[in-house]
Amino acid sequence: MDIQNVHPFIIFFAAITTNNILLTNFLGMCSFLAVSKDLKSSLGLGAAVIFVSTFTAPINWLVYHKLLVPYELEYLQYIAFIVVIAAFVQIIEMVIERVSTLLYLALGIFLPLITVNCAILGCALFLVIRQYTFMQSIAYGLGAGTGWALAIAALAGIRARMEKKSKVIPELEGAGIALVITGIIAMAFIGFSGIVRIN
Amino acid sequence: MTPIITAVLVLSALSGILTLLLLVAEFFFANYGECSIDVNKGEKTFKVEGGASLLTSLASQKLFLPSGCGGRGSCGTCKCRIIEGGGPLLPTEVPYLNDEEKKTDVRLSCQVKVRGDIKIEVPEELLSIKEFETVIESITDFTHDIKGLRFKLPEGETIKFKAGQFANLFSNPYDDVKEETSRAYSISSAPSDNRALELVIRYVPNGMVTTYVFKHLKEGDKARLIGPFGEFFLRDSDREIVCIAGGSGLAPIRSIILDMIDRGISNRKATFFFGAVSQRDLYYVEEFKAIEKEHPWFRFVPALSKDDSDHPYEKGIITEVVARNYGDMKELEAYLCGSPGMIDACVKVLTGKGMSVDRVYYDKFS
Repeated sequence: MDIQNVHPFIIFFAAITTNNILLTNFLGMCSFLAVSKDLKSSLGLGAAVIFVSTFTAPINWLVYHKLLVPYELEYLQYIAFIVVIAAFVQIIEMVIERVSTLLYLALGIFLPLITVNCAILGCALFLVIRQYTFMQSIAYGLGAGTGWALAIAALAGIRARMEKKSKVIPELEGAGIALVITGIIAMAFIGFSGIVRIN
Repeated sequence: MTPIITAVLVLSALSGILTLLLLVAEFFFANYGECSIDVNKGEKTFKVEGGASLLTSLASQKLFLPSGCGGRGSCGTCKCRIIEGGGPLLPTEVPYLNDEEKKTDVRLSCQVKVRGDIKIEVPEELLSIKEFETVIESITDFTHDIKGLRFKLPEGETIKFKAGQFANLFSNPYDDVKEETSRAYSISSAPSDNRALELVIRYVPNGMVTTYVFKHLKEGDKARLIGPFGEFFLRDSDREIVCIAGGSGLAPIRSIILDMIDRGISNRKATFFFGAVSQRDLYYVEEFKAIEKEHPWFRFVPALSKDDSDHPYEKGIITEVVARNYGDMKELEAYLCGSPGMIDACVKVLTGKGMSVDRVYYDKFS
């Protein structure tokens, strides 16, 4: 099946499960490991990632297809995407601060940090490589963010329980055991591969 | 050549559009317009540009709430009550507020942003904290390392303070010091002398402001002061008073004694123990001796710790002298001012003689 004909919902679903940007591409690992110590802040960061990826994906699609392609400047995509993401995060920060101080404080430092989150840039690059349409790029942005948030929430939940109940050998404490768990979650997600198979 | 120019143009255009968007967003979202701050039910009203913290907005209007950390939300001293327009209590404030304060809408002014019209309540005495552009009227050498400075307030301005409080003196940039700095000095003049301020300043080797005062300030120079601040002042009671000071700690005690004379408080006995190393460290002796002669309720006891020559003063370190002079001190109240070491030692002696610790008031010079 030609990729352009795939329904955006399927792209969305695949982005959460079989194409999970974190568990299959291992993008956005730094904040994933750093912030997954407790569920509350990981949900905050997850929400921020969903937000930013959903909006930057279609904007970056427009920038790529309507600006870079016509002038044959595809090689500038990295710079262009990063600039767009940075500007968008700035604007979102202003809006959230104005609308809800509590949400602004809950997201705290995470929001500006998203500017350098590779999952967001990866999301923009994938929609170019996979030649998504505009609608598909929205679905993909939303799905990729949701998938990332789901993965970090899962890891945070497990780590919080392990903190209380399990004894980890000292050599594996912290990032070590988190990486092992991430591997196991990633394997579990392979179980979804029978449901959808697209790139 | 053309591809390079196109690339530069396209990228510049993209950045330009985004910058424009950011500016538009800033105009709509980060622009709070003019907001009014109402202090103590209309006692004072300010118009400020919204968007900044309440603490800095108030400071820009010369209303200075105490702040130790400079607005980072880590000291919890800039509290004030916000009656209207403060928004929800923020997680950054919670650790610094007790249940009573949370119930009565007390907030940290450095965390609250001015987003609209706001009504606040601050302690009355904070309204008298002002900034003064003064002129130095006189500089007196009291001892080899202590000077007394008298600052004349601008025409028509007065200062309202409690005897014992202090003011912050600013130094201008000098030599290698590139920035303006400020340090706190106790006021030694009486509150009734409200057209001027007197400070007693002891030279601190390499001290930023004291070096400025000792090496650069001259009579007739301009100097900036902010004040009054502080919780060290005479409490209302009928108890006998014992004052203990060393070095420039004499300043607030002098102010307190002069204030007692002005207010006609003669039913309280007051004894002032002034600790110094040798005779060359004594100053204001004549003045205190004169007060002693005129007011029977006052006694001045200078004590020299390292001067075995023939002199009319007490000998020994100040704690020993105080201990020698009193039996039971249960009914007394103490005012101490000086170095932390001296104060800690005095508190030990006083409480050892039965004085309750909450009747010992002090100002530590650290």
